[in-house]
Formats: sequence, structure tokens, C-alpha cells
Amino acid sequence: MVRPLRQTQLLRRMKAPNHKMKPKPNPIVRRALQCAALAAAVFAFSGASDPSARFSELGHQLMCICSCGQILLECNHVGCPDSDMMRNELMAAVGRGDSDSLVEQAFVQKYGPTVLAAPTTTGFDRTAWIMPFVALLAGCGILVYIVRSWRNRPAPALADGITPVRGPELDQFREQAEKETDV
Amino acid sequence: MAQIGSFALLFALALSIYCFGIGLVALLRKGDTDWTRLGETARRAGVVIFAAVFLAALALVVSAFRDDFSIAYIFHHSNRDLPAPFKFATLWSGQEGSLVFWSLLLSGYAFVLRLRYKTDPRLFAYASVVLAGIQIFFLSLVNFAANPFGLLQGPLRPDGTGLNPLLQYPEMVIHPPMLYLGYVGFSVPFAFALGALIMKYPGEKWIHITRRWTMVTWGFLTIGIFLGAHWAYAVLGWGGYWGWDPVENASLMPWLVGTAFLHSVMMQEKRGMLKVWNMWLVFASFWLAILGTFLTRSGIISSVHAFAQSSIGPWFAWFLAITFAVFVFFFALNHKHLRSEHKLEAIVSRESSFMFNNLLFCALCFTVLWGTWFPKISEWVQGNKVTVNAPFYNRVAIPVALLLIILTAIGPLLAWRKTSFESLRRNFKWPTVGAVIAAVFLMITPPSWGGAFGLRPWVDISYFYSLMAISLAVMVTLTIASEFYRGGRVISEKSGQGMFASMVQLTHRNTRRYGGYIVHFGVAVVLIGLAGSAFNQDKEQEMAYGDKMAIGPYTLVCRSYTSDEFPNYEAEWAVLDVYKDGRQIDQLTPERRFYKASQQTSTMPYIRSSLKEDLYVVYEGLNPDNGHPILKAHLNPLVMWIWLGVWIIIGGTILALVPNAPAPVVVPVPARRLEHAAPVPAGD
Repeated sequence: MVRPLRQTQLLRRMKAPNHKMKPKPNPIVRRALQCAALAAAVFAFSGASDPSARFSELGHQLMCICSCGQILLECNHVGCPDSDMMRNELMAAVGRGDSDSLVEQAFVQKYGPTVLAAPTTTGFDRTAWIMPFVALLAGCGILVYIVRSWRNRPAPALADGITPVRGPELDQFREQAEKETDV
Repeated sequence: MAQIGSFALLFALALSIYCFGIGLVALLRKGDTDWTRLGETARRAGVVIFAAVFLAALALVVSAFRDDFSIAYIFHHSNRDLPAPFKFATLWSGQEGSLVFWSLLLSGYAFVLRLRYKTDPRLFAYASVVLAGIQIFFLSLVNFAANPFGLLQGPLRPDGTGLNPLLQYPEMVIHPPMLYLGYVGFSVPFAFALGALIMKYPGEKWIHITRRWTMVTWGFLTIGIFLGAHWAYAVLGWGGYWGWDPVENASLMPWLVGTAFLHSVMMQEKRGMLKVWNMWLVFASFWLAILGTFLTRSGIISSVHAFAQSSIGPWFAWFLAITFAVFVFFFALNHKHLRSEHKLEAIVSRESSFMFNNLLFCALCFTVLWGTWFPKISEWVQGNKVTVNAPFYNRVAIPVALLLIILTAIGPLLAWRKTSFESLRRNFKWPTVGAVIAAVFLMITPPSWGGAFGLRPWVDISYFYSLMAISLAVMVTLTIASEFYRGGRVISEKSGQGMFASMVQLTHRNTRRYGGYIVHFGVAVVLIGLAGSAFNQDKEQEMAYGDKMAIGPYTLVCRSYTSDEFPNYEAEWAVLDVYKDGRQIDQLTPERRFYKASQQTSTMPYIRSSLKEDLYVVYEGLNPDNGHPILKAHLNPLVMWIWLGVWIIIGGTILALVPNAPAPVVVPVPARRLEHAAPVPAGD
């Protein structure tokens, strides 16, 4: 059982310099990626399914329209003219088994788009979600550019007769300097 | 009083114009002794501005205490039965008064700066002129657009309409001053930065001066933000402390950029790098503080803090445009002076960690700015407003914030210039192991333990974030502890002192570094508190005599409910016995008040705090049908950790401001002499 496997490995090693084979990922990395994909799938497909959890989740995605600026389930105004009615409507919709998008659509139709606590992921509203990540990516790009340009900058010239210290010797000096000065 | 106050404000404006104009000309005509002497008069005029604005503020406070309702501002923000501390707080509880208060704080900062001019007379002269320019703006506002001494039209009223009930809470006496000290304080680093840019300041001395001012300002803003969060928690009665309201966002933006600056400034001090970036960060902190004020006072973006809306928006818009134009002009003129002195030697280094740290802070700031403005942008583009509230920020900002916490854990372990992977692995091993153990422990414990125990990250994304937050907080704490331990061990080995004494000495010798670590520890503690919000529970119930409500491990039993009348308000409250494991542990009295002068109601939740959780009970009112009280109980795990963390952050900030103790000179003693040496008494 073991011998053919070794031969295969040997063959692979022999072939490697001549043929540009796609390297196989490390089994540990592969397993880690599989686990990550599984975890992502669990997050993607898991959701609150019981009515009270759905009520709570949806109630935190909607705003109270009494101009208190609060999330529907957090509106605490005594005698608020809207929140009780809205909560009852939400409870009824959840009880009927309406889907999340149907519930949200019904609320938007009745109370307008400001009833949703966050922008939708359609049309222009999508930019609300995209822009922060675009900015972060752009920032990363600029950072990489700056770092590269800094690293490519020539080192300052040394005076005649001075030999620059490099490699492990330099690391050793640095470590010593840090120990002695940075405490 | 009105005349005295009005005159004082006008005089202060005249002094500001003199300080700005003469100071500027004196700087332009350097070398001319006559103008140098005139420049000195400009500095002295600047010092007197503080006295003039102080007089105006005093006149307003005295008017509040004397119930002078002939002044419109006092009529609208005070009443006869208002308790004395709140009468004092009248100064900043309305638009006009708060602008006087802003001017007072600005002139206070400028007063200190102008007295300390000998540190670097020319740089301080530039900073003084820039501050005078900012003072002209605020004093023009209170003189011409929002005069607090305007007289009430019509017959004199017997009583005022009173202070907003939400502001009648002890923290409102200190929250706005702290927040304003933070906002206004960013003017000083900006003044130094602009001065240094204009004069092409050589060296990094200006950044040393600026860093200290920024740290003080940052400390005040931090306290202000958290006092605001605590006020929201203790007064608003919705059970939370942060609602992502535009006003809250306005305070967060300069804080985020200011925090980025406090990190990147080290790059400039130690390595002469990021000079351009730091210049922009200082400007952005100041500009965002003004932008926040513009947002909250112009009415351009709707907010629950509507009490401060008015028509002064265009004034702020112009001021923002002018400061931006001035800064960009001088930056374009002199940016070549700001070239970096060193290059980045390695990706894995303290320098790169600071750069990523700055990137993440700025990304967070952009997210908050974008989210705050998006309703308005949506209105301009598609004609309808949308709401941007907690669900948006939680989804976008939390992942970035978690990356930032990872960097907080790694950053202190990285050396300047270059860090080997071996040393990183060695130093990072135990903090990582600790974080994994904490995560596994939280996952395997039963949920019945309450709090954050029994955390199943696969149930909900908020649980996943909580687990990440707590385990990263553990990692940050262990990293910091290992830094203290390693440094303490070196001193202990050299001096023979105990480990604790060595760590204290270590901290004294580099207060800035170790103060910073304590601030990081405070942030980790706050993070644990924030992670608890994923497990919040609440329950609402009508409770007649003897009725019970169960929430978490607690059972509330209604003993009685009653009402009473006080000079300033009428109150209704319930008396609730709290039982845990069948034993009575407390009695709560949540309350609802009706303020007579303003004809407004306010809730006074009763909060029973412990490290594990807060039992937060709100008296919502009486059911009109049967007269029974309606109560809402919240169970909020780990909230106390937030307030504890803030105290640690404050302590760390104060420590970082303390000057370093000089390192003792260690003279090596020959071994032979040491053997015969007599013991030295302690203290010598």
C-alpha cells in the first residue's frame, strides 16, 4: 500500500522541474478552507425560524415612524401613536408566515421607505453598502502603492569609509539596541 | 446683565479681530522691531479675550440664577423651580448659550497657549493668529446670528418654559462640557499644524507640542462620548447606550481620526515619516468636529437632538469651506517641505502596523460619515429619503472594528523597522492560545449560566461577532500583560526588585508607551461590554399589585405604585421587589416624571448593575383603561464592563500625559566588592 504512493511522490518530484504543474494545496489548508466554507454556509442558511425570533429580528430592521428615530422594538414612548399598531401588524404578518421580504415590502408600501432601518440592496441604495468597502479597498491600494514606493526608494548614501552592516548582524544590533533602550 | 453680556461679547470680537489682524501683519513683517512689539500687543489682546468671554458667560449664568426671564434665552431654557446645578447647565443647554460656551472654551485653550508662548514664540504666534481667526467666527455667530442676550418681545413672563426634561439629569452638567472640550480642543492642534505648514517649520518639535494637546483633547472627547452614552442609557429608557444618531456620529468622527493621529504621530516623531498624512489628520480632526456641529445645528440631517436646530447652518458651511480652502492653499504651497525622511524597511514592522491602523480608523470614520450623510445623498439623487440606522452600521462597521482589534493585539509586539516572524511567533503564541481557550470555554459552557456564556456562534451572526470580540479582547489583554511582564523582568533582573515594583518603575520610565497599553486594555474591557449586547432580553408587562414578571434569573413582583408632586415635576413610580433563586435581593423604583414648566414627560429607569448583567426597568405609564402600571424590563449583560473600561482608558490617558521618570544610572559593581558590601537601607 505504501510503496506505490512513494513511487508516485517520487515521480511527481522528478516531473516538477520540467513541467509547470499546478501545485496541490496543502491538506491542512484544504481542510481549513472546507471548514470555512461549511461555516459560511451555516451562517448563510441558518436563520431565525421560530415566530418570536423572526418577530424580534424583523422588528429590529424596522423603524418606528413616530419621528422618535428609534428602532421599532426599541421605541419606548408612552402613548406612542404608531409603535403598538406597527408591532401588531408585524406580529400578524409573522403569524401568517409571510416571508421577510414580503413583510418589509408591505411596511414600505404603507409607511414609505424610511420605515426600513437600513437601505435596501437594490438600485441606488446599494451604494450605501458598497462605498465603505470600496473606500477600504482603495485605501489598501494606496497603502500598498506608498509602501512599494518607499521600499524602492534608494537608501541614503553613506560617508566614505563606512561599511554598512546588513543581514543577521544588523538584526542582532537592533535587538540589542531595543533591549537596552526601549524598556 | 444683558447689557454687560452683550458688551463683553462685542469687546471679545473686537479683541479677536485685533489679535488676528495685527498678529498676522507682525508675522508677515518679521524682523521689524516695531511690528514685533505690536505683535506682542496682539498676543496680550488674545489673552484678554478669555476674560471678556468669561464675563459674558458669567452674565448668562447669573441671569439664569436670577430668573431674569426678560432674556429670551433664559425664558426658553430655565424656570424658577429648576434646581441650581441645572440652572448652571442652562449655559450650554440651548443653541445660543452653547455657542457662548464654545467661545469660552476656545478662548480658554487660546489663553493657555498664549501664556506658554515662550516654548517657541514664532510657532505660538502663528498658532495664536489661527486661533484668533477661529474665535472671530464663533464670536461673530454669538454677536450677530445667535445672540444669547436677546430680549423677549412682549410682556414680561412670570416663569420660564424650563429646561428640556431629558437634560435634567446630573450627567448633563458634565457631559456637554467634556464633549465641547474635546471638539474645541481640536482647534489647537490644527492651529499648530497650519502654523507649522505656513512657516515650513523645521524639525518635529511642533508635533511634540501638538501631540500633548491632542491627547488632552482626545481624553476629553472620550469622556464626553461615554458620558453621553451613559446618559442615553440612564435617561432615554430604551435600554441601549448607542443609537447611531447623527449627533452621536458627529462626536465619533473626530474621535476616530484623532485616535488615528495619536498613533501615526509616533511615526513622525521616531522615524520622520507620514508628515503629509499627519498634517491632513490634524486638519481632518478639526474639520470633522466643525462638520459635526454643522450637522447637528443646521437641521440638514434629522436627529433626535432636535433641541439644537436653527438657521446658523450657512455660517458653518462657509466656515468649513474657508478653512478647507486655506488649508489646501498652504498645503499646495509648502507640501514639498513635508517629505518623509526614512523609507519603510519591512512589511512586518511597527510602522506598517500603524499605517494599517490608520487605514482602518479612517475607513471606520468614512463609514460613519457616509452613513450619516446617505439619507441626504439619497434624497438628492433619487428624491426620497432612506433611514440609515443600527443594522447598517452593525453590518459594515463591526467587521472593520474587529480587524482593528486584531491589530491592537499584534501592534505592540512589532518592533520598529523590522520584526522577524520568529519573534512575532514567540511573542504571539500565548496571547493566541489564551484567546482560543476563551473562545472554546465560552462555546462549551451552558447558556443557562447567563451573560456571554454558552455562546453558540453558528446560531446568529451577532453571536459570532460577540465571540470574536471577547476572544480578541482576551488576546489584547494578554499581549499587554506580556509586554508589562517582559519589561518588568528585565528591570527586575538588573535591579533585583520585585516584579510588581519593576513594572511600576517600567511604567514610570516610559509613561507614554505603558499609558497607551493601559488605554488599549481599557478598550478591550469596553469591547467585552459591547459584546454583551448580543444577549439583551426585554419583556413588557402590565403589573397590578402582586403581579410577577420573570426575566432571566430574576422575578419582579409589584409591591405598590404611587405618585407624588415635587416643585419642578410630578412623579409616578412603581415599587418592585426583585427575587433571584427564591430570595429577595433588591427593591427597585422605576419612575416617570412630568415636568410642569415644559409640559413634557421623562422616564427615570431603575438600573441594578452587576459585572454579569444589568437589570434595567422602565416605568412606561399607567394603562388608561384600568390604571395599572406598564413596566418594561431589560436584561443587558456585561454593560458595567463598558463603564469600567472607560475609567481604565481615562487612567491610561492621564498616565500617558505624565512626564517620564529618568532612568536610574546603573553602575556595574565588581563581584568581589559586592560580596562584602553591607546592606543598604531602603530609600537611599
